[in-house]
Amino acid sequence: MLYKEDFPIFKHHKNLVYLDNAATSQKPQMVIEGLKKYYEEENGSPHRGAHILSVASTTIYDKGRKTVQEFIGAEKTNEIVFTRNATEALNVIAYAYIDHHLKSGQNIVLSITNHHSNIIPFQRLCKKHHAELRYMYCDEAGHLLDGELNKIDENTLLVSLPMVSNGIGVIHDIKSVFDKADSVGALKLLDGAQSVGHMPVDVKALNTDLMVFSGHKMFAPQGIGVLYGRYDLLNSFEPFLSGGDMIEYVEEQETTYAALPERLEAGTQNVSGVLGLKLAIDYINSIGLDEIHKLEKEITSYAYKKLSSLDFVDVYGKEKRGALVTFNVKDVHPHDVASILDNSGVAIRAGHHCCQPLMKYLKHPSTCRASFGLFNTKEDVDALVKALYEVKEVFYE
Amino acid sequence: MNSIYSELILEHNKSKHNKRELTDPHAVERGHNPNCGDDLTLQLKIEDGKIIEAAYLGQGCAISQASMSIMIDMVLGMALEEAQEKAEIFFRMIRGEALTDEEMETLEDAVAFESLNKMPARAKCGTLGWHCLDEGINSLK
Repeated sequence: MLYKEDFPIFKHHKNLVYLDNAATSQKPQMVIEGLKKYYEEENGSPHRGAHILSVASTTIYDKGRKTVQEFIGAEKTNEIVFTRNATEALNVIAYAYIDHHLKSGQNIVLSITNHHSNIIPFQRLCKKHHAELRYMYCDEAGHLLDGELNKIDENTLLVSLPMVSNGIGVIHDIKSVFDKADSVGALKLLDGAQSVGHMPVDVKALNTDLMVFSGHKMFAPQGIGVLYGRYDLLNSFEPFLSGGDMIEYVEEQETTYAALPERLEAGTQNVSGVLGLKLAIDYINSIGLDEIHKLEKEITSYAYKKLSSLDFVDVYGKEKRGALVTFNVKDVHPHDVASILDNSGVAIRAGHHCCQPLMKYLKHPSTCRASFGLFNTKEDVDALVKALYEVKEVFYE
Repeated sequence: MNSIYSELILEHNKSKHNKRELTDPHAVERGHNPNCGDDLTLQLKIEDGKIIEAAYLGQGCAISQASMSIMIDMVLGMALEEAQEKAEIFFRMIRGEALTDEEMETLEDAVAFESLNKMPARAKCGTLGWHCLDEGINSLK
């Protein structure tokens, strides 16, 4: 269909059925060309030097920040900090803020559906400060169980959960969780890795204090991510990495730091990554988030129904979900399924999806995951189903 | 590539004749591939420097379990040094190194895993059992 033509990877892999978008998306032509143009015509070190290329790269970098600010509905550009990915952004939150405020007797509340990157930094800090790490548990489809919100109390420093779970695809009811957090004054952190670029995400409307996401899951290059923080909160963050570009004055024994956002962006920054992210957002905006969400919803529902109709396949969760479906072929290990699918040109992810606590809790230690992007078609889903019959043939007959 | 899912491998994956608990094993070696979830434990009973009984427990994909099972069939009654030599030849095969005809012969049914040298994502599945064997024997020294 139309959108596949925007992605050069399919010119090089003509029969590829790419269903691993939740791991990393493919890149549209305009992003790839933009990066080439940057390195051929505009490459320089941002924020230093008066020469033409330094000015060009600084302009590109700053435009990128403005684009991200508008894309997620932040109030100010200096509420946007660039990182390598969502994982690094979560670590900035953990080590530049939570580490300095978490006390014994306090707790951090996570959803059991969190990705490892949204668990381990907080697990380490709770151990270090003798604080309690609490999980809100869910039903088989990933929806938080009644009463779990009561784990958020007046001793809760932070509540963190994904908008869409990469492990089971559930779309969480963020409002109920964040309303509860507000009632006790806890900080609210949203992992937008599986939602930004797939559906409208507005930090003000979602009432979040902090949000993280990765560019590479939404058509941008690998190595660029975003930390959003409400200004007054972000402004109270301690420096995370220190060095070039994040300073004001450096003396032999003392340093004063730059204002936001530079204070949290040490060293020469990833200008091409920021440009790639800006171009990815331009691409998304040219189609429209509502249209992307609609297309992904259609293809996901189609896949959910098709896979559910196979008597040798177990599908997890309900039909209403983010753009991914998790399943298992009965009595066949997901890695064997993935290898046979790969042989048929169908790329999926198999394993624990960096969600071991969730998988252990749901008692499916590993699953297959097909995840969709706007370029996927019903024919792609049909190819997946056909390849699953091949798995059946190899293992059952 | 579906050649890796040969009848021999599927048969071993299904039969489970080497999957059980041994009483009082001399060596117990757990092997784990954290990224894919294969988690198998090899148990060995040794007498006079020879493997007199071997079996495994745990969960894993067809390739990891079949490779473990084929290996167990091969090394029963074998001297520990010879078993470790076979493990070394198996690792070299999976790394894609050229083996002599004689070396290929000593690997018996385990040559069914040769094509893993072109499937880097699955090589660890196939070598898991052999690593358990190698480490398990080292632990007895």
